[in-house]
Amino acid sequence: MSSSSSAVASTTWPDRLRGYSPPRRYLPVIATAALLIGMFGAGSLRYQGFADPQVVLNLFVDNAFLLVLGVGMTFVILTGGIDLSVGSVVALSTMIAASTLEAGWPAVAAVIAVLVSGTVLGTLMGLVIHYFDVQPFIASLAVMFLARGLCYLISVESIPIRDASFTSFAQGSVPLPGGYRVTPSVLVAVVVFAVGAWILHMTRFGRTVYAVGGSESSAHLMGLRVALIKVGVYTISGLCSALAGLLFALYTLSGYSLHAVGMELDAIAAVVIGGTLLTGGRGMVVGTMFGVLLLGTIQTFISFDGTLSSWWTKISIGALLLIFVVIQRLLTRRQA
Amino acid sequence: MRELVRRPLFWPTLALLLLITLNTVVTPSFLSVRIQDGHLYGSLIDILRNGAPVLLVALGMTLVIATRGIDLSVGAVAAISGAVACVYIAGSDRPAAASTALVAIAIAVVCGLLLGLWNGFLVSVIGIQPIIATLVLMTAGRGLAMLITDGQITTVVNPAFKVLGAGFVATLPVAILIALAVFAVTAVLARRTALGMLIESVGINPEASRLAGIHARTITWTVYVFGAFCAGVAGLMIASNTSAADANNAGLWIELDAILAVVIGGTSLAGGKFSLLGTLIGAMFIQTLATTIPTIGIPAEANYLFKAIVVIAVCLLQSPKARAALRSRRPVRTVKADAA
Repeated sequence: MSSSSSAVASTTWPDRLRGYSPPRRYLPVIATAALLIGMFGAGSLRYQGFADPQVVLNLFVDNAFLLVLGVGMTFVILTGGIDLSVGSVVALSTMIAASTLEAGWPAVAAVIAVLVSGTVLGTLMGLVIHYFDVQPFIASLAVMFLARGLCYLISVESIPIRDASFTSFAQGSVPLPGGYRVTPSVLVAVVVFAVGAWILHMTRFGRTVYAVGGSESSAHLMGLRVALIKVGVYTISGLCSALAGLLFALYTLSGYSLHAVGMELDAIAAVVIGGTLLTGGRGMVVGTMFGVLLLGTIQTFISFDGTLSSWWTKISIGALLLIFVVIQRLLTRRQA
Repeated sequence: MRELVRRPLFWPTLALLLLITLNTVVTPSFLSVRIQDGHLYGSLIDILRNGAPVLLVALGMTLVIATRGIDLSVGAVAAISGAVACVYIAGSDRPAAASTALVAIAIAVVCGLLLGLWNGFLVSVIGIQPIIATLVLMTAGRGLAMLITDGQITTVVNPAFKVLGAGFVATLPVAILIALAVFAVTAVLARRTALGMLIESVGINPEASRLAGIHARTITWTVYVFGAFCAGVAGLMIASNTSAADANNAGLWIELDAILAVVIGGTSLAGGKFSLLGTLIGAMFIQTLATTIPTIGIPAEANYLFKAIVVIAVCLLQSPKARAALRSRRPVRTVKADAA
């Protein structure tokens, strides 16, 4: 290569790099990814063994259920709604799974019972929200109470899960190249994530979700099926919560009414930190995954440190949430 | 009769009366109030005393909701305020002195006010949606409370502090007297001055009210400070009643109970109108419900289920679409546009 051409390249390349800016809609996701990488880098510099790939995989292992919840919550928040019921539905799912198994149902029947009940709750919530104009916040609050109440009606005590197929699935491990391993739950979560991303970004349903989130009345005037979308996202969220409940039941091998208290907040935080606008219409499922991983990294950070108490998790999640909503606010204000 | 049914407070009052009737049928002694050691005792007094924190928080929440906002952080604020007070008392030189309790209460109230300033700042100055702005403190707040108590349940033995939540003055529980005093002051300020109207106008349209010369930002900010103040006092009551600060469980779900009380009382979540008396009835309804459920032989924990049914019923009653559907079954009547 001659010196002149390399000189030309060296003048244009940085310029092009400087001139390049990613599409605006990717900016929040890129910010979250950068923060995630930065945090992980800081952790690996500070603590021995932090950079081990198994640590990264364990983020998925410990947060598989949160990822599934986050995917469902992303759909809801993209339409400008919110679903506060997910934590209670997770608890209810663990209870249904544990009690049906205890009653001697086969594992498949228990799984189906859980998925059906979660989906039905989600659909009912969507119907109430859309057809009766009840605010999503208050309708999902009602379902939250409802699901917790049902938990207590099933049992006030914790019910252990001893079913053979459940325990073998829970204790199973999927070997990965390089001697690393994950649990089967991670595979379920990754499949849910992939399906969620596919629906949202590649299908007509997904495009309509964004349209409804951008402006419900415009979407309606365009002849889009707003009712289907609005009921649909809550149904998806209900299904995801039930599935997450199953994963949580596998994770803890028990059903308990007090499981997953406050998990809806973690899910909402993950979605928001992942760059999805709370006003709806903009965001990506992949951002939610980064959000979940970021929350997981904070926990790993704190457990690696050893001197920090676990309540710093809550404080740092709150602080991150704050930073991201303020950034969101500034971004949307500039465009307005 | 029709006039009576149309009154906004008719349904909540009827529900409360029905609940009390049910209780009286199941436990005939329910309504009896007796004097023992110079204090009033009885189920009704218990309901009043235990309902005081929810009533206080719900009062603050009513004004916040009237500006079309919401404050999810009240439970965390209550926990922080209780934690601050208990840690101060436990760490002071004279942990049993009345002066220590007074200082602790003052510090806790100031903490509540500061947290309210913070919420109000996020909502009114930065312009974040209220549900998210307060979600930040809801998430981080319990962590902060844990930080203050160092993760322990801090117990205190201080007679003066104990009075706040468990004491009696002139035969009545102090907690309910405080709650009623705050209620009275709020009612006078909101209904005998223009303040209530200003709050409602901000709730209907902040921008229009600003253009009309109302300090919309200051009003919004103030209601969040008031909400956090109420939550702080409620947190003190809870801590005082149990003589302990439990960062994890103090005021858990109180924000939801408070919102429920406000909604039952007929205040619209869409903002723009509010009813303090409705909130009072709503808070008492929730507390009576919590007492009723174990009395009629259902596990106390199942009261979540009943709350859910109440929320759904109230929402459907408030929903214009549901009303229209009900109305269309009847003979033709002019459909009135809903004020909300």
